[in-house]
Amino acid sequence: MYKKRFDGRAFNELRPISAKAGIIKRADGSAMFKIGDTIAYAAVYGPRDLYPKFLKDPEKGILRCNYNMMPFSGSGDRVRPGPSRRSRELSLVIEKALLPVVDLSDFPNSVVDVFIEYPQTDAGSRCAGICAAAMALADAGIAMKDLVVAVSVGRVDDQLVVDLNYDEEAYEDGPVADIPVAMIPSTGEISLLQMDGEVSKEDLLRAIGMMKEVAGKIYDVQKAALKEKYTKGE
Amino acid sequence: MHNDVKQHAQKFLQKGLRLDGRTLLDYRSVVVEYGAANGAEGSARVKIGDTEVIVGIKMSVEKPYPDTPDAGCLMVGAELLPLSNPEFESGPPSIDSIELARVVDRGIRESKAVDMKALCITPGEKVWNISVDICPINDDGNLFDAASLGTLVALKDTKLPTYDGKSVDYHTKTSQALPLQKEPIEVTVHKIGKYFIVDPTTEEEGLVDARLTVATMEDGTLCALQKGGNHTVTLQDVETMIDIATAKAHELRKAL
Repeated sequence: MYKKRFDGRAFNELRPISAKAGIIKRADGSAMFKIGDTIAYAAVYGPRDLYPKFLKDPEKGILRCNYNMMPFSGSGDRVRPGPSRRSRELSLVIEKALLPVVDLSDFPNSVVDVFIEYPQTDAGSRCAGICAAAMALADAGIAMKDLVVAVSVGRVDDQLVVDLNYDEEAYEDGPVADIPVAMIPSTGEISLLQMDGEVSKEDLLRAIGMMKEVAGKIYDVQKAALKEKYTKGE
Repeated sequence: MHNDVKQHAQKFLQKGLRLDGRTLLDYRSVVVEYGAANGAEGSARVKIGDTEVIVGIKMSVEKPYPDTPDAGCLMVGAELLPLSNPEFESGPPSIDSIELARVVDRGIRESKAVDMKALCITPGEKVWNISVDICPINDDGNLFDAASLGTLVALKDTKLPTYDGKSVDYHTKTSQALPLQKEPIEVTVHKIGKYFIVDPTTEEEGLVDARLTVATMEDGTLCALQKGGNHTVTLQDVETMIDIATAKAHELRKAL
């Protein structure tokens, strides 16, 4: 029985969220997204020329995401720098989560690069990265249908919860399921869905429903941060 | 860099001014923050103007090197993150990131900033290893000085994790700090034509003929040098550059 969450939150409560747009001046667009103790920085460069040449698409620009944890950002041992199988897979799913909202048809043969870095993490890093990247793309002025909102939901023992932290992911007294979800808020469409752990179909659908209910809160923080940058006239 | 920008900058330098209005030996504002990553045993954020660097330290227990069985180890790594500069690319460490890491490493190592013998747990078997990682967030020039300052601050911020003789518990830090005995500071002096400047922006870095990174300790003793750039410097230049670096290091010390 998981009666009370380790950090005292309600089961459908997100960790504290903050966000800021335009934090990296050299980038064409950038953002920071913080949820609990997980911090994601995203920088967008492009549309720019794409090399190697064979990757070029003469019809439209391509989106290229890169997920990278700083070596000291893990919860235990040092993370070896450079790509790992995990970071390459996460780069891929983040890219697929963002692709449905961006329109790169005006930029054939080019690339929009999104670099996502983490100085510290406490679970939920791919979702925080998607939230930051969506804001950075908007900040870069890329044509988009909407932002993308992401957060993980899941099951800890007998409870369905929103926004698992590391302690919950590592819960050992019962089954755990971690379900990262990304959603396009205006349509409710899902652009990222992964799961590891044990969960019934009914619980999975209920958990995704819980994600939908809190998505608006994240969306509001993202929009407010973007508005703040542009109302300051930077 | 365009030739006209170069000429324009040269004209400015003649008047003792920089493209951003600073005088030649002016640093941009330096902001130092202790603790920037809570998963690290020590960390720092340094901002010099628009340049921003995060430095983090992970401690681990390793087997010592055979030639120093009773001393801890230090490893400094730098990754020129493509997030921080449109010209940086993903991939294996570039030569520039290797130079940056090694120059920072030398300042710490050769000054004997950390008493490595005090990091020995069991001679020949177990010693503490200090892994320093340098991560630029926004590169607007002068990564050398920002990274070395960040490294010193991160070392000062470090608290050892708990070690029970078998494994390290990263979730419980002790109150034990690193045995710091010196505080080396690196300042890089750049030469453009016959002029010397410090703290260049990326735009100015494109104009630099030669640079000299000088690491000094509190008493002014030099502990590491690195000459870079495609042009030569004279002995007279070296003397001038060391004098500038020593004076600037003294100023930077106040930001700690």
